[in-house]
Amino acid sequence: MRLLFLLLWRNNFTLLFVILQSFCIFLLVQNNKFQHASVLNATNDGVAKVMEGVSYVTDYIHLRDNNLILANENSTLRNALKSSQFINDSTAVTIRDTISKQLYSYTTAKVINNSVSMRNNYLTLNKGSLDGIQPRNGVITASGVIGTVQQVSDHYCTVMSLLHTKSKLSAKLKKSNFFGSLVWDGENPREVLLKEIDKTVPVQKGDTVVTTGFSKRFPENVMIGVVSEAQLNPGSNFHSIKVRLSTRFDNLSYVYIVQNLMRDEQQALEDSTLSTNEE
Amino acid sequence: MIIEILRIFLRFVVLITIQVLLLNNVQLGGIINPFLYVMFLLTLPIQVPRLLLLLIGLVTGLSVDIFQNTMGKHASACLVLCFFRPTWLKMIAPRDGYETDAVPGIRKFGLRWFAAYSIVLIILHHFILFYIELFRFSEFFTTFLRVILSSIVTLLLIIITQYLITKPADRNVI
Repeated sequence: MRLLFLLLWRNNFTLLFVILQSFCIFLLVQNNKFQHASVLNATNDGVAKVMEGVSYVTDYIHLRDNNLILANENSTLRNALKSSQFINDSTAVTIRDTISKQLYSYTTAKVINNSVSMRNNYLTLNKGSLDGIQPRNGVITASGVIGTVQQVSDHYCTVMSLLHTKSKLSAKLKKSNFFGSLVWDGENPREVLLKEIDKTVPVQKGDTVVTTGFSKRFPENVMIGVVSEAQLNPGSNFHSIKVRLSTRFDNLSYVYIVQNLMRDEQQALEDSTLSTNEE
Repeated sequence: MIIEILRIFLRFVVLITIQVLLLNNVQLGGIINPFLYVMFLLTLPIQVPRLLLLLIGLVTGLSVDIFQNTMGKHASACLVLCFFRPTWLKMIAPRDGYETDAVPGIRKFGLRWFAAYSIVLIILHHFILFYIELFRFSEFFTTFLRVILSSIVTLLLIIITQYLITKPADRNVI
């Protein structure tokens, strides 16, 4: 320390010069606009460059936290959205009629999940067991059949779409009343196949295909589609019929869930008949 | 001694007055600014202590700055001049050194010595002055030309003034 002071004292002339010169530069920068602006600009540029580099690194370090914060915020905002509220905007319509006994009850439901592009397609609707929905209820729209309810929770149900490789539905030609079974080959979401129509049955392009009512899921004569292609393959006893669906599955929004109020009774009777005869 | 100090102070006042009232308004050809007041620093007695010299330089520079409204510009240039003056005086000292009360003057040391002594310090002073005024690196060579030309004009003015204010008998009039 003493050496330092000694060194400074030895160079007191230079030291004083440096101090006074610094004072002058200070005055210069303080009092002259151009020099002031120059120094400020230079320091700002330099500082900004450095800060930019620092923030480039720290941003990356904090990326994970920031993502979490953003995700939380997103979910909060989504929860606040009206569309995320459970809206029970429709009730089941059941007509009390003393003369004719009600067979089918319709419940409006909103499609909240849907797919058409897979081989096995499902829909999710916003009605569940609290609305009286049960598995194996039918689902239709004004323009045609959609599918069958598979599983039911309190507020939701999943529907096996007609566009499902395991879906099978009995259907008939409206004109001639001959029935067959309707399956999907998993290719075109706008076309299904009508099978087991005997080759002696006259089938023409444009014939209407409707439900039969045998399945206890759908009322009779609900529109399915029209025949778009009918071929009679040699060596086969059945027509090869393609049915163009009357419903577009890729823009569904509201559907009706059909409840057969007497299904249990019908089912029990049929079951007991079968078991009696096979004993 | 007292008379000498008073004479120096009078010279200070006169030179600064001439500088700020007259020469600051002179701009030859748009690029040449003569700074006659530098003569005050050049003609301070050689025996002035170095630290005091720095302070005198600072005060001189600030005096011009106050009138030119360019705080620090002339002060900085004068400080640099005063910082190098003792070294430069030592470098160009006559073989047998300076007399104790010697004052750098054209009559005493001759035109050649005085011109050589002055031009280096003047260029140094003007260099600092013009580049502080510029404060950037563009127009570097234009400014260098200004430095050289202004230094020459300042030197000419100082030499003329020296001849005017001193008598052949080496006695300063002011």
